[in-house]
Amino acid sequence: MLELSGVSKRVGRDNHISDVSLTFERGSINVLLGPTLAGKTTLMRLMAGLDKPTGGEIRIDGKSVVGLPVRKRNVAMVYQQFINYPGFTVYENIASPMRLAKVDRATLDRKVKEAARILKLEPYLDRMPLELSGGQQQRTAIARALVKGAELVLLDEPLANLDYKLREELRVELPRIFAETGAVFVYATTEPQEALLLGGHTATMSEGRITQFGNTIDVYNRPADLSTAQIFSDPPLNVVNVTKRGRELTFGEISLGQASDTSLTDDRYVAAVRPHHLSLVPGGRHSVAVTATVGTSEITGSETFIHVSVGGNRWVVLTQGVHRVNSGEVITVYMDPATLYLFTEQGMLVQAPEFAGIGG
Amino acid sequence: MRGTKILVVCIYILFLMLPIYWLLNMSFKTTNEILGGFSWYPQEFTLESYKTIFTDPTWYSGYINSLKYVLMNTVISVSLALPAAYAFSRYRFMGDKHLFFWLLSNRMAPPAIFVLPFVELYSAMNLFDTSLAVALAHCLFNIPLAVWILEGFMSGVPREIDETAYIDGYSFPRFFVKIFMPLIAAGIGVTAFFCFMFSWVEMLLAKNLTSVAAKPIVAVMTRTASTAGYELGLLAAAGALTLIPGVIVIWFVRKHIAKGFALGRV
Repeated sequence: MLELSGVSKRVGRDNHISDVSLTFERGSINVLLGPTLAGKTTLMRLMAGLDKPTGGEIRIDGKSVVGLPVRKRNVAMVYQQFINYPGFTVYENIASPMRLAKVDRATLDRKVKEAARILKLEPYLDRMPLELSGGQQQRTAIARALVKGAELVLLDEPLANLDYKLREELRVELPRIFAETGAVFVYATTEPQEALLLGGHTATMSEGRITQFGNTIDVYNRPADLSTAQIFSDPPLNVVNVTKRGRELTFGEISLGQASDTSLTDDRYVAAVRPHHLSLVPGGRHSVAVTATVGTSEITGSETFIHVSVGGNRWVVLTQGVHRVNSGEVITVYMDPATLYLFTEQGMLVQAPEFAGIGG
Repeated sequence: MRGTKILVVCIYILFLMLPIYWLLNMSFKTTNEILGGFSWYPQEFTLESYKTIFTDPTWYSGYINSLKYVLMNTVISVSLALPAAYAFSRYRFMGDKHLFFWLLSNRMAPPAIFVLPFVELYSAMNLFDTSLAVALAHCLFNIPLAVWILEGFMSGVPREIDETAYIDGYSFPRFFVKIFMPLIAAGIGVTAFFCFMFSWVEMLLAKNLTSVAAKPIVAVMTRTASTAGYELGLLAAAGALTLIPGVIVIWFVRKHIAKGFALGRV
């Protein structure tokens, strides 16, 4: 069990990490989700012991490890860049932590071969890392982290520099590979999809703070505040300042339908809707029509992203199928008020879509 | 077009090689012939000058003395510069940039200004006229140079490799020797080459810090006249032999030098 309580890291006058408290269980998958510069890497370096926190406590199984140098800790780390020892063969690269731990030759050989098999590196064991492709190099780094049998495994955007297909493959395999070792598995990523795919628990990070930590699905469905919702949405969340009067939500002259929570006081709120909840066709009887001006549109695979302007707010509509819309065209976008998130002006969640699972 | 290019290159090389050819030419002549008149090649080919150098202790001990302090200096410079360069490359500490620049500025000072204090200091410490004295004196400009070159090579190695090694459980010395030094082997080679060359060609300090016992070849060579009169053939032969260590060292590091240039540090 890894516990962080009130951990902070100041560099000069800047707070890189402020007051982070988290608890990760053994054998659990934990995702650190946040945009670049949110402090994910810094936090991982603190967990690994590569850097010392300027405040707070880090405990492993109840024992403080703040003063413990990294080489005395049982951690493994995989970086975004493919980091291997260029002078060692792939075999020696994987074997390196066990050589230092003085593991006997037979066990070492067996473990290296096993890791190579899992990560499909068997044909390359005698090669040098720089003779391999990026994906193979990263798999070597992952294999080295695997054989160590560390109690804390940190992966810092390990798949960010890999090509699409390999990412898909490893993304599914990684949690499974490490789950068997019973380690605390921490995975940093900028991509909400990756967090959802990995499952487990997610901590969303923004500007060195944890905005929310909980079951990944819960964090996605019921983000505690606006910044969490924004971090956990790709393409970006569509946000608009609204006024609630009676049950009616309006911004400017445009009506966004009715708030589902009747107990909510009349006030100004921030409404947010995920891009895939907007549609070009009316869907159901509660659906509300909003007029939008098209900026640009991009087609990826079988989906179309339409960037529109709604009453001066920049929104993204994600629709299935390939659509042709021209820049400057005025279109009608439909949304179901039931899919709206409402936040206070301070950004706290007051209403989540009804379908969003509660608890569990 | 191609022909012109080759011609230009040939003329250039000819131009560069002429003094060296002349040195070799003279070294195979007798002093009388050198003084006698102009000739493109030795009329009376002789190895007498070389023979003298290899048999006369006042000559060959010059080479031995020079090699002694040059090798000492190279070893001292590289082994002290390695940790220093690592610190400059990996850590931020108070005044690091100023210190780095100050190291470099040592190279800008003319060695002549250090002669007097060095002679005084070494005499006081009974180091005068020893190879160690010259080796230490040459550290003055070789260590800064070595730190400068090595820092460039070390900064080319990602810091994450160091960290991965610590995470794997390497201690610092073990990591440094087993993983880090092989990674910058080319840099160490280039650094050693430059230390060797600068120490080998330096004359002022080497000459003034020695008298008899540790007299280097560059000092011996300044003796243009002896009891036998001018010995130009002998001098030319000594000069030709002085070139040899440099040629050998260049041969070993020629591939890495290009890499050093690419890193902008050489």
